[in-house]
Amino acid sequence: MTGVAIQNSGTTLVKGARATQSTIFLKILMAVSGAVFIGFVLLHMYGNLRAFWGHDAYDAYARGLRTFGTPDLPFGGLLWIIRTVLIVALVVHVYAAAALWKRAKRARTIQYQVKKHTGAIFASRLMRWGGVTLLLFIIWHLLEFTIVKVQVNGGSPGSDRHDPYYLLVDSFNTWWLTVIYLVAMAMLGAHLHHGIWSATQTLGLTGSERTRKLAKRTAFTLAVVIAGGFSIVPIFVLFHVITKTS
Amino acid sequence: MNLTLKIWRQPDAATTGSMHTYEVDDVSEDMSFLEMLDVLNEQLNAKGEEPIAFDSDCREGICGMCGLMINGEAHGPVTTTTCQLHMRSFTDGETITIEPWRSDAFPVVKDLVVDRGAFDRIIQQGGFISVNTGSAPEAHAVPVPRDDAMRAFNVATCIGCGACVAACPNGSASLFIGAKITHLGELPQGQPERDSRVVNMVAQHDHEGFGGCTNIGECAAACPKEIPLDVISQLNKDLRTAIRHGH
Repeated sequence: MTGVAIQNSGTTLVKGARATQSTIFLKILMAVSGAVFIGFVLLHMYGNLRAFWGHDAYDAYARGLRTFGTPDLPFGGLLWIIRTVLIVALVVHVYAAAALWKRAKRARTIQYQVKKHTGAIFASRLMRWGGVTLLLFIIWHLLEFTIVKVQVNGGSPGSDRHDPYYLLVDSFNTWWLTVIYLVAMAMLGAHLHHGIWSATQTLGLTGSERTRKLAKRTAFTLAVVIAGGFSIVPIFVLFHVITKTS
Repeated sequence: MNLTLKIWRQPDAATTGSMHTYEVDDVSEDMSFLEMLDVLNEQLNAKGEEPIAFDSDCREGICGMCGLMINGEAHGPVTTTTCQLHMRSFTDGETITIEPWRSDAFPVVKDLVVDRGAFDRIIQQGGFISVNTGSAPEAHAVPVPRDDAMRAFNVATCIGCGACVAACPNGSASLFIGAKITHLGELPQGQPERDSRVVNMVAQHDHEGFGGCTNIGECAAACPKEIPLDVISQLNKDLRTAIRHGH
């Protein structure tokens, strides 16, 4: 064949490479900050499940989080330590995700006309927009239960919105709010299903077929347990199994 | 069998391309995919049209030159290279979409031909071992545990075809680098340059404009040599170790 000039893209060889400036370092940041969130959601889920033990147990747990370590720690000290760690993890997680997303967009500016996704689970392709959805959900969730303590139905008679248990029951007696939470938990489950596996792979823990399969199974199991564990509280409130008098 | 082909045509790197439709009749199911394209090119030649440019060399699945996106799958529906894909994998009357690898690090040269020079530059950054040449050393002077040798051999089958990049939604070449890192890192001869190899190859990968890996796994599914995802874990682990060693 004649007349085909091989284009020299002019790309040079990198000198003085630093491991901490690589995409893999961004992924390590992603994995470590993600691991912080996994620990957090497990703890959070345990707290929520206390609702099955009734008003006093639930509120005692909420109070216990604030009085933990006192008088060595100030009131609410533990919570603020956890919040600080979570905010740092969130900033790192979002920064690394945005940087990798931008790179991926630049890596293929002309799309395929036809593209199959052989070998990919659906959750893996949901990570970026799913992550954005979760971020929006978390903002609403914090406004609703922590910052503003929104009573969407105006609050039922005799209930104090500063009582965590009453706020919980009032909220999830509202069917559409329960639906929003269940959708968010499905998103969380999908995010964890791929994210937990991906973190183990990024941290270099899955160097054989056996460990890879174990990591994928663990990721799926944890995703189902966490998404399910969070979901049963709103469902049981909506169907009046968890009530204000219990 | 009769086929309708939708093929990406692009005269050169600087010109915008588009999809063109061609009909090919009387295709034998024993033909390879590239032979089918040869038949189409003979027809185009006879009509005085410009034949379709595509890469091929050994046509026996070991050189890595041929690589086409066929109906949205790198190297088509069978786990093999495009040259070893046969027309019996398709049905009579089928419409087949053929596109070049899509990666900004692999610019299109013409039609279905891309420039995979980025892989050469990544190899230049560490896809080798440094040894003194001269008289051949005694073969058993450096013992290699059997399992390590087998893993090195298995991933050394990577032919650098670029299917992993083509399939990856992020346009990442992590499976390619992972294969090289694992291949050389499993062997005693690869140890002296192990840290600098991973750091330099990854830096070149990023510099070329490949995307970051998000462990989706489409690369391993597309790989004609069935390189497993484990090599990306190995790559990540080697980079983490290099950071610990101060790189």
